[in-house]
Amino acid sequence: MIYDVIVIGGGPAGLYAAAAACGNGAKNVLVLERDGETGGILQQCIHSGFGLHMFRAELTGPEYAERALEMLTNTGIEIKTNTMVLSISEDRTVTAINDHDGFMELKANAIVLCTGCRERTGGAIGLAGSRPAGVFTAGAAQRLINIDGYMVGRRVCILGSGDIGLIMARRMALEGAKVEAVFELMPYSGGLRRNIAQCLDDFGIPLFLSHTVTAVEGRERVEGVWVSQVDSDLKPIPGTEKLWECDTLLLSVGLIPENELPQAAGIEMDTRMGGLIVYENRETSIPGIFAAGNAVHVHDLADFASAEASIAGQAAAVFNTDKGDSNLKTVNIVAGDGVSYTVPQKIRPDNIEGAIHVHGIHFDAKCDIFFRIRSNYEDAVIEVHSESEVLEIKRGHMTPGEMARISLSKEFIKNSDNITIKVVNKC
Amino acid sequence: MLEFTCVVCPWGCSLIVESENISGYSCSRGLAYAKNEQTDPRRDISGTVRVTGAAHPVIPVKTSSPIPKDLLLDAAELLRKTSISAPIKTGDVIIANMLGTGIDFIAARSIEAV
Repeated sequence: MIYDVIVIGGGPAGLYAAAAACGNGAKNVLVLERDGETGGILQQCIHSGFGLHMFRAELTGPEYAERALEMLTNTGIEIKTNTMVLSISEDRTVTAINDHDGFMELKANAIVLCTGCRERTGGAIGLAGSRPAGVFTAGAAQRLINIDGYMVGRRVCILGSGDIGLIMARRMALEGAKVEAVFELMPYSGGLRRNIAQCLDDFGIPLFLSHTVTAVEGRERVEGVWVSQVDSDLKPIPGTEKLWECDTLLLSVGLIPENELPQAAGIEMDTRMGGLIVYENRETSIPGIFAAGNAVHVHDLADFASAEASIAGQAAAVFNTDKGDSNLKTVNIVAGDGVSYTVPQKIRPDNIEGAIHVHGIHFDAKCDIFFRIRSNYEDAVIEVHSESEVLEIKRGHMTPGEMARISLSKEFIKNSDNITIKVVNKC
Repeated sequence: MLEFTCVVCPWGCSLIVESENISGYSCSRGLAYAKNEQTDPRRDISGTVRVTGAAHPVIPVKTSSPIPKDLLLDAAELLRKTSISAPIKTGDVIIANMLGTGIDFIAARSIEAV
């Protein structure tokens, strides 16, 4: 049997990709999930703040996961949990293994990669010192507490003030831990302002900007962390080091798309953020293999990863009957000054057509470009350069922590080979 | 003058309260939050309670509506002392009328008995 669509990963992106594939005519759709249940990282994100876009309600992560799974009820979509995918190949063969079926070699007309992302670790930031118990990535601690029911420490320091770090500061405080402080390397927090208010301020937890942990103390268990102020080059300033006593260090130092499978299959990667190079319909460099969600680039919200997966799922369904024309003109989207990367990186103008609807919500998917900027702007102007004209979009306050999005018309894009996006301060 | 961040939605508006005058909000929920924050500050919280007879040892719960801010730690303490048994459905009341507030902790996921 050949599946119409195989989706790899059963998190929010995978579930939406499967639903969109099914809703656009794919018959045999299979979702492969390595965990024991679907929902992905949402299952451990027990705080509210999910679903405002996709469900018009403020849900916890597990509630969002449950509603996303309910969308698949009576669709005939097959889900295999506890199933580890070992490889994918250019001819769209998937090898996978689980307790029930053993080793499987599965054929698909189209594949959607929704493998999400993983956390950067102490090694990734060159954390010095000994290696005692008590150093956790924030997400690992979140899983241990919220799913496995283990408390990870009593006296806690947190490095990194992205949303996961902030959410975990509150979670640890509610579970009775003393959260000493949150340290942030950058001169600004990467987290939402409301999370600084409700996760730190409400619990009297201090936030030290332009500070970093330089070393861990302790043999069996963490006994403290050395913290220094950093200069404008983010280098520790000698003489500012201070020892903070604690038994636990949580690291919230960034997320990286998880892409061993496509990398091994020879799919073109985007080294700027460890994600994948994709076209407007989230097709990768191998025809018939699509990707969406945090595997492509780390999204701000599960809702946005889900919306992207709807695009990929639809395209995967369409690929079953229409392989597309490999000679279509391709426009490169170039990240200019102030922009670190864009998604998609390539657009085939001929493929830009009507918008899609998911749950009554309108997505101008095929002409939307998402990008991240490199620094804070108070009065930003986005400049979009085609080969014949320049579009200026006033955006006011912009920050690297928030994905930027612009919508470009087919007319604007179609006659250029390159479209360059820049961000400048209004003068 | 008091300036603080609205926590009603991920947008996070900067609210400014000057005696009777409230500004900076961009929706009616934000205005209500700014007013309440002066007289009766409240927050939603999530947590977990022990569950027996299920595939996981704990299950997430959330407040059915915001609780007084000064009860957050007491509410979390109450959750640590609570144990329930599967099966549970999303929305089931796990702790009714928590700490006499009239507000419930409700299940934030379903879990089957195993």
